[in-house]
Amino acid sequence: MNLNSDKFRALWVALISVFLGLVAGAILMALTGHNPFEGYTYLFQGGLMNIERIGNTLATSTALFLTGISVAFAFKTGLFNIGASGQMLMGGLFATAIGLTWDLPKPILLPIILIASIIGGGLWALIPGLLKAKFNVHEVVATIMMNWIAYWTINYTIPAYFKGEYLETESRIIGNNASLRVEWLTDLFNGSYINLGFFIAVAVIIIIAIVLDKTVLGFTLKAVGFNKESAKYSGMNVNKSIILSMMIAGGLAGLGGATFYLGYSSNIQIGVLPAQGFDGIAVALLGANNPYGALAAAVFFGLLHSGKGFMNAMTDVPPEIGDTIIATIIYFAATSLLIHKFLDKITAFFKGGLKK
Amino acid sequence: MDYVIEMEKIRKEFPGIVANDDISINLKKGEVLALLGENGAGKSTLMSILFGLYRPDSGNIKVNGELVSIQNPNQAGELGIGMVHQHFKLVHNFTITENIILGREPKGFKIDLSDARKKIIELSEKYNLNVDPDEKIENVSVGMQQRVEILKMLYRDANILIFDEPTAVLTPQEIVELMKIMKNLIAEGKSIILITHKLKEIKQVADRCTVIRRGKVIDTVDVKNSSLAEMAEKMVGREVSFTVNKEKADPKNEILEVKNLNVINSRKVLAVKDFSFSVKAGEIVGLAGVDGNGQTELIEAITGLTKIESGEILLNGNNINHLSIKERINAGISHIPEDRHKHGLVLDYSLEENMVLEQIDNEKYSQNGFLKKDAIRSHAESVIKDFDVRSGRGPITIVRSMSGGNQQKAIVGREIFQNPDLLIAVQPTRGLDVGSIEYIHKRLIEQRDSGKAVLLVSLELDEVLDLSDRIVVINNGEFVGEVLASETNENEVGLMMAGVQKGENS
Repeated sequence: MNLNSDKFRALWVALISVFLGLVAGAILMALTGHNPFEGYTYLFQGGLMNIERIGNTLATSTALFLTGISVAFAFKTGLFNIGASGQMLMGGLFATAIGLTWDLPKPILLPIILIASIIGGGLWALIPGLLKAKFNVHEVVATIMMNWIAYWTINYTIPAYFKGEYLETESRIIGNNASLRVEWLTDLFNGSYINLGFFIAVAVIIIIAIVLDKTVLGFTLKAVGFNKESAKYSGMNVNKSIILSMMIAGGLAGLGGATFYLGYSSNIQIGVLPAQGFDGIAVALLGANNPYGALAAAVFFGLLHSGKGFMNAMTDVPPEIGDTIIATIIYFAATSLLIHKFLDKITAFFKGGLKK
Repeated sequence: MDYVIEMEKIRKEFPGIVANDDISINLKKGEVLALLGENGAGKSTLMSILFGLYRPDSGNIKVNGELVSIQNPNQAGELGIGMVHQHFKLVHNFTITENIILGREPKGFKIDLSDARKKIIELSEKYNLNVDPDEKIENVSVGMQQRVEILKMLYRDANILIFDEPTAVLTPQEIVELMKIMKNLIAEGKSIILITHKLKEIKQVADRCTVIRRGKVIDTVDVKNSSLAEMAEKMVGREVSFTVNKEKADPKNEILEVKNLNVINSRKVLAVKDFSFSVKAGEIVGLAGVDGNGQTELIEAITGLTKIESGEILLNGNNINHLSIKERINAGISHIPEDRHKHGLVLDYSLEENMVLEQIDNEKYSQNGFLKKDAIRSHAESVIKDFDVRSGRGPITIVRSMSGGNQQKAIVGREIFQNPDLLIAVQPTRGLDVGSIEYIHKRLIEQRDSGKAVLLVSLELDEVLDLSDRIVVINNGEFVGEVLASETNENEVGLMMAGVQKGENS
């Protein structure tokens, strides 16, 4: 294996970013008068201590992974999708609406729900895609705008049509037949919230990795992403590619919505723009826009998210340390050029050493 | 000795390729040393090492007799070495003065430009550069931008000036100006290394010429005592013919017919006006014109990149006005675009991927939406073999890392492999060395001889005259006239390019 290949490099950059992020977290804990070893012990225990907690970590990572792959896919094809939050909400809304309206047996209802969530997210991304393709409106602006439209759409739709039994601010709880949780899996993980969503997410990576690497669609979308002009000159339909790429990204985030609102949770709340949409950008960045990299990054972030509560319960380290670590890792991953330089020096040093 | 630069046994390897194989060169004070070599011979790598952009794997560099280690361009600057890159590094919405001081700003909270401005005016007068320090870069010509780059070096007190392919982007008049400037620089005691593959220029300004081929120094010759043919032969490794050998054309049926075409460009101006011409099977038609006279728009209209305002485009007698780009490619139009980086290649894709850009949904290369990687690989291998495309890692080389000449050969190969009825070649040899030019010309003539219609667009009049059978002249978007290449000369076509009708010669 070539140790200097790009993929290997990306892995090193990610690992070093994570390490530096953890070091920064430790310094922060020490500065605020806590014992970093104790803090980290509880943080990781909180995420991995027993089978139930492992299940919870995986469940927490699921939506993150799907939004991460959404951002990564768009990025591979030259687009920056900041709208994963809104797409996730709309996917969740479509899925919840169907789950609460149609009373069908689970094996029939679940596929419909999943497809609905993909359509919901896809449609939400179609608008920025169209704006970009037809009027050259930058997708960053358009997707942020769509986030807020999604936010307010939920704010009106949920209380108006799917109002919960006790609270106006959330929808009714979905029935068991619409939930991604299945008994055998919950039992297997000792009552965790792990659900089918995780396995769907893993299947999705494989599909996306294949699409990007082995299909005409992936070839075309990436070509348009790298160089629109050359793609156009070689007869590719650039506008169609942009729209399609946005829709696929949106569909992935929408599916993330279904796994979150019908798997991790069992209803949808108003007044929240899901943070997973933005954390997805971090997942994509740390995963170097590689589907498998995104999976690893999502699991790691899921671990920090699900462990930080336990850390807070067992010590007086504030749970925000978890978010700070994530933020620091993102900084290091974003400034990966420095890490690249560092690696260059190391490689040069060892090569020089061996020659002598 | 009076050497200002000595590079001894410089070696630099990249994955799969030895760019510099123990190269030694030296530069005397007050001379112009030309570095001559084909695209990808290793000239630019060697100069990047001297300028501190790369570090050599082994070898020594001496500046003014002292052993130095150049880690970065700033250090090179401190040693008095300056470089004008092939692609200028200028900020377009800054003034010339601002660009020149960039990185060397006077200290203090507020930047005081007046001293810098004065120094720039002095330098400009001393070297006859004619630069207006207050003009913005976006408003000045390419030739002027290059002079700004030269001023930038002089402002930093560089004594050793490296020019990387300086004439590639210039018009003939600007080239004459540049040659004068270089002579002025030498007269003022500067020393120059000129990277080029244009022999005529070497003959004009250089004192000595070091020839590099495939990473090795072949010879260093005195320019005065060597002929063009000798130097070309050393560079390419075989005898090079400067004239194009071709039989008389045997034109057959009309492949492309353009009738009363009007095209509006992006600035909403009529760029092609009521233009009619045709290209027959078995002939090369050259479209001659001064840059920016509607050639681009005309070609874009034929290939489907731009919508037409009115008129008709016929391919093999069928109207293709409403076909998409893709449909036109499938109908038999191949296009070698003018700008290979911007329009011809996806630089971050591998060579093999680039070779199937247009054909990826052809069942030869994909089935049910899945790529046939083996077929793609073997296609790339045939193009590489047939068109002598050299690269570090063959089909999987990332195209960005290839030399310009090999990138161009790959594009020409890709287009010819599509077996088109009409081959449109726009500036097919821009920026290439004589070896590659000769090769590409041969392949274009081969296409003609096998009964294809070839439409050649070139700003180099020599190329149009040498290759074409018929020449169509365009001026300000209008059809000026049509002449047979065998019955015309540079003068006549030049006048037509300026808009003077044939026979109207006063």
